[in-house]
Amino acid sequence: MTAVEARPDNATEIGRDRRRKEDARLITGRTRWTDNINLPGMLHLAMVRSPFAHANITGIDTSAAESSEGVVAVLSAKDFDESLGACINAWPITPDQKTPDHPPIAGDRVSFAGEIVAVVAARSAAAARDAAEMVEVDYEELPAVVSLEEAVKDEVLAHPDLGTNKSALWVFDSAQAGTGGSVDDAISTARQDGIVIERTYRQQRLIPAFMEPRSVVCDPTGEQITVWSATQIPHILRFALAATTGVPESKIRVIAPDVGGGFGGKLQQTPEEMLVFAMARRLGKPVKYTETRSESLMAAHHGRDQIQKLTLSATKDGQVTGLKVELDANLGAYVAIVGGGVPVLGAFMFNAIYKFPAYQFNCQTVLTNTAWTDAYRGAGRPEATYAIERLMDELAVEVGVDPLEIREKNWINHEEFPFTTVAGLTYDSGDYATATAKAKEMFGYDELRREQAERRANNDPVQLGIGVSTFTEMCGLAPSRVLGSLDYGAGGWEHAQVRLTPTGKVEVITGASAHGQGHETAFSQIVADRLGVPFEDVEVLHGDTQIAAKGYDTYGSRSLVVGGEALVRAADKVLEKAKPIAAHLLEASVEDLEFTGGKWTVKGTDQGMSIGELSTAVFAAHNLPDGVEANLDSEATFDPENFNFPHGTHLCAMEVDTETGQVKMRKYVCCDDIGNIINPLIVAGQVHGGLVQGIAQALWEDAVYDDAGTLVSGSFVDYLLPTAADTISFDIDHTTSPSTTNTLGTKGVGEAGTIASTPAVVNAIVDALRPMGVNDVAMPCTPERVWRAINEGSAGGGTTDAAAPHFDPSTGMSGTADRPEGDVQ
Amino acid sequence: MAKNNDVWQGDNMTRISMRVDGMKVADDVEPRTLLVQYLREGLGKTGTVIGCDTSNCGACTVHLDGESVKSCNVLAVQADGCEVTTIEGLAEVSTGSTTESGLHPVQEAFRECHGLQCGFCTPGMIMQSVDLLNRNPQPSEEEIREGIEGNLCRCTGYHNIVRAVQYASRNATGQSGARSEEVDAL
Repeated sequence: MTAVEARPDNATEIGRDRRRKEDARLITGRTRWTDNINLPGMLHLAMVRSPFAHANITGIDTSAAESSEGVVAVLSAKDFDESLGACINAWPITPDQKTPDHPPIAGDRVSFAGEIVAVVAARSAAAARDAAEMVEVDYEELPAVVSLEEAVKDEVLAHPDLGTNKSALWVFDSAQAGTGGSVDDAISTARQDGIVIERTYRQQRLIPAFMEPRSVVCDPTGEQITVWSATQIPHILRFALAATTGVPESKIRVIAPDVGGGFGGKLQQTPEEMLVFAMARRLGKPVKYTETRSESLMAAHHGRDQIQKLTLSATKDGQVTGLKVELDANLGAYVAIVGGGVPVLGAFMFNAIYKFPAYQFNCQTVLTNTAWTDAYRGAGRPEATYAIERLMDELAVEVGVDPLEIREKNWINHEEFPFTTVAGLTYDSGDYATATAKAKEMFGYDELRREQAERRANNDPVQLGIGVSTFTEMCGLAPSRVLGSLDYGAGGWEHAQVRLTPTGKVEVITGASAHGQGHETAFSQIVADRLGVPFEDVEVLHGDTQIAAKGYDTYGSRSLVVGGEALVRAADKVLEKAKPIAAHLLEASVEDLEFTGGKWTVKGTDQGMSIGELSTAVFAAHNLPDGVEANLDSEATFDPENFNFPHGTHLCAMEVDTETGQVKMRKYVCCDDIGNIINPLIVAGQVHGGLVQGIAQALWEDAVYDDAGTLVSGSFVDYLLPTAADTISFDIDHTTSPSTTNTLGTKGVGEAGTIASTPAVVNAIVDALRPMGVNDVAMPCTPERVWRAINEGSAGGGTTDAAAPHFDPSTGMSGTADRPEGDVQ
Repeated sequence: MAKNNDVWQGDNMTRISMRVDGMKVADDVEPRTLLVQYLREGLGKTGTVIGCDTSNCGACTVHLDGESVKSCNVLAVQADGCEVTTIEGLAEVSTGSTTESGLHPVQEAFRECHGLQCGFCTPGMIMQSVDLLNRNPQPSEEEIREGIEGNLCRCTGYHNIVRAVQYASRNATGQSGARSEEVDAL
C-alpha cells in the first residue's frame, strides 16, 4: 500500500483548462446510455399514442396485438390501478391553481396528440412496435384549443370539466411588495410628459431536442427496484415514484447513467418512466422503453410559448420609470413538474440590470391541447431578457441615442452593488460598464457603426444591423426559503461527500447529476486544490441514488454554485478531521500545524504529511489520538442564502438582404462576467453551445401545431436545429466580478449564452431595417418574415402563418423551409 | 455473444457476413433490419447510437468500406460483404498513426479542443470528420462546416468541433505547435 505524493506547492487546478476526464469514454464509444443496457429476460415496450389533440376514447381493441408473435402484454388505462402513480406538479404557483389530473396513461379522454393510450410489452422492440400498430383505438374527436390567443377566450376548453383554460394568475407588484412605486402611476405620468413604449412580443414554442432520445429501463428483480433513466433528475424521480406509487423510497434505486443532453428537457417525471416502472413490477421482468425521435418531439415537454404584453415608461431623456408585464404562458395539456413555475422564474428578471423605480408582473398560465411545456434552457429568464432588451432598443430609438447609451444611463453602477432591485432580489456583484467596454473593443463597435452608416447612405441592398444585449440572470437554484415562499414543493440545497480510500485516492460524491457539463472534471479540480491531491486521484461519483443518496440534481445553472460549494465545505471538513490526527502523528501540537501545498506541516520544520499519507494511517488506525474515529470522510449540505447574478454584454452584427429577406450572421462577440472560472475550456463550451441555442430561437426553431393540434414540426426534417453550416465561430471573453454568495466566487454559466443571445440577434435584424420603418420582426426571423416586415410594415406575420410550410401546396408539398445562410470564414 | 431477438426474429431471414471493426461476423437477419440495429443489438456495438428516425442527425455515422454512411439509412443486408468501422474500432482499424494514448488523431483532437459535451453525437461526428479529412486533408472552415452539416450537435454550438477538425488537419499535415494555438483560439 502506497500513499500518493502530495502535489507540488505551486500547482493550482482552479482556473486551468484541464481536458475533460469524461471524454476518454465518450470519444471511443465506451458509453453507457440507458438504451445500451440489456438485461437477461428483458422485455421491450412500445407506446400507442393518440393522433388526436382532443378526443374521447370510446373503445380499445387489443386482441390483434395480443396475438402478435412475441407479445407478452397489451394494456390500457383500465388495466392499471392507483399503484401506477401519477405525474406530479411540484410547483402550484397559486393556491387556487387549476391543475388537471395527469395520469401516465389516458383513460376516457386524450388531451394532446401524442398522449399514451395503450402500452405493449414484447420480447423485442421491433415486435412491440409491430404490435402497437395493431391496437385499434376508437376516438370521438372533440374540439381542440391550440393557441394561447384562442385559449384565453375560454370558448373551447382543453379540459371541459375544469370549466376554464385559465390555470393560475400570478402577480408581483412593486408597490404592494414595498420594493418600488406604482407602475400605473409611472405610466400615466409618462403619458403626460414622457415616453411610453407598448409592445407585444411572442416567445414561440421550442423543443429542447437533446440528442439522446429518452430511454428508461426498470429491473424489478432483487430487493430494490432499479430504474435507469435518461434524466437530469434521478433524485427527484425517485421521490416522485415513491410518493405516487406507494413503493417506499428505500425500495427504489434510480440511476442516471450517461445522459445525452437535457437543456431542461430531461427535468421531468415522465409518463413513460411511470409506465416502465409499473410494467416491470407487473411482469416481474426487466423492461425497457426507448422513444423514437418523432415521439420525443411530440411528447417530451416543450418550452417557451408565451405572449408578452409590455409597457415601459420613461422620462423624455430616457430614464426608465416603470415596467408593466402582462404575460400569457401556454402550459400545454397538463401542468408539468415545474410547469407554471417557469414564467414565474422570469418574473424577477424583466427589470434586468436597470434601475426601474416601479414594476408589475402579471402572469396568466393557460391550458391547451398541446404537449405540456416546462423548463428549456434559461426557463423564464430568456423570455424576460428578450422582452427588456428589445424594449431598451426601442427606448433608445425614441430618445434618439445609441442603444448602449440608453443602457448605461439606466443600469446599476459597479459601486452600487450589492443592489436590491425593484423585483426584490439582491444582486451580489457586477460591472456592466467594464464588460461593455471590453465587448465593444472586441467587436469593433464604432467601425461597424460606420460601415452601417455607409451602407445606409449607399442604399446597399444588403443592410448591416448591430444588436445589443446587456443581460443578467439569476442562477444557482435555489435558496430553499425563497422556494418555500414561492410555494415550490421542494428545496434547493445540494449535497456532497468526500471520501478517502486507503491508498489515498479521493472519491467525491455529488447530488448534482451531469449530462454533458463536465462535472467530473471541474469538481475534480476543486477538490484537488482543496485537499492538495493530484487531479487524476479524484473520482467524481454521481447520478445513482444508492451512491449519491442525497441531491437535487442538475438544472438552473446550479451545479457549480450550489453543488460546488457543498463540495468545498465537505472537503474542508475532511481537513478539520485530519488536523488532530496529523498533529498526533507528527508529534506536534495542533496550533503548530499548517496546511500548505497539500501537506500538514509543522511550522518551521520540514516535517509534514499529505492527505494521502493520513488516509493510509487512518485506514490502519494503529496510532490515532484517543477518542478520534478512524474516518476522514465528510459530507456537507449547502443551501444558498441568495442567487448569484452573472451578466454580460453581447454584440451581434447581422447582414440583411432587403430584397430577399435572407439574414446572415456576420459577427458575434460576448463578454460575460461569471465570477471566478474553474475551467475556462468548459466555460467556453457552455457559452458557445448556449449562444447557438439562443440564436436558434431568433432564427430557426419553431414548434408549430396546425389548427387541429397536430404537431407539424414533428421530426428533424421540420424542426430546424442549426447545423455547423448555419452557424459561425464566436469571439468570447470575460470580466470577473467574483460572486459573494459562495466561497469560490463562481457564478453559473450553463444558461447565460442562451439567455443573452436571442435579443442580440433580433435587435440586430431590426436595427438593420429601422430606416425602412421596421420596429419588430417576429421570431423565428425567417426570410419570409423579414421580407414581410420590409414590404408589409408588420412584424412579419404570425407564427403559424409563417412557419415552415410543410405539406403546403404552394411549396409543392415539399416541406422545405428557408434557412438563413451561416457565415463561414 | 448473446443473440438478440430483434435481429433474429421473423420468418424471412437473410444470411449476411461482414467485417466489423476488424472482426469477421455472420448472422441471419430480418431483411428490414437496419445496419445500426444490427451493430447495436446484434453485435453489441453500442458505441454507435441512434438519435433520430429521419436520417437527419448523423449520430449513427459509421464507415462502410472506408466511407461515412448514416447506418440508420442502410439496411444490414446492404452491408453484406462489406467492411464496417465504428467509433469502437476506429483507432485500431485506421491505417494512420494513432496518438500516444491509443486514440485516432481525430478522437484526440476532439478531446484536446473540447469538441464534445454530452458526447451523444460524438461517435458520428468523429466518424464524419475522419471521412471529411480523408477526402480533404486541409479543409477551410467553410469546408469543415459544410462537411459536417449532416451531423447535429445540441451542446457545443459547433465552435469547438470545427476547432477539433482544424486541429486534426494541422497535426496530420505536420504543422506543429497546434496545441498552444488552439488553446488561445478557444
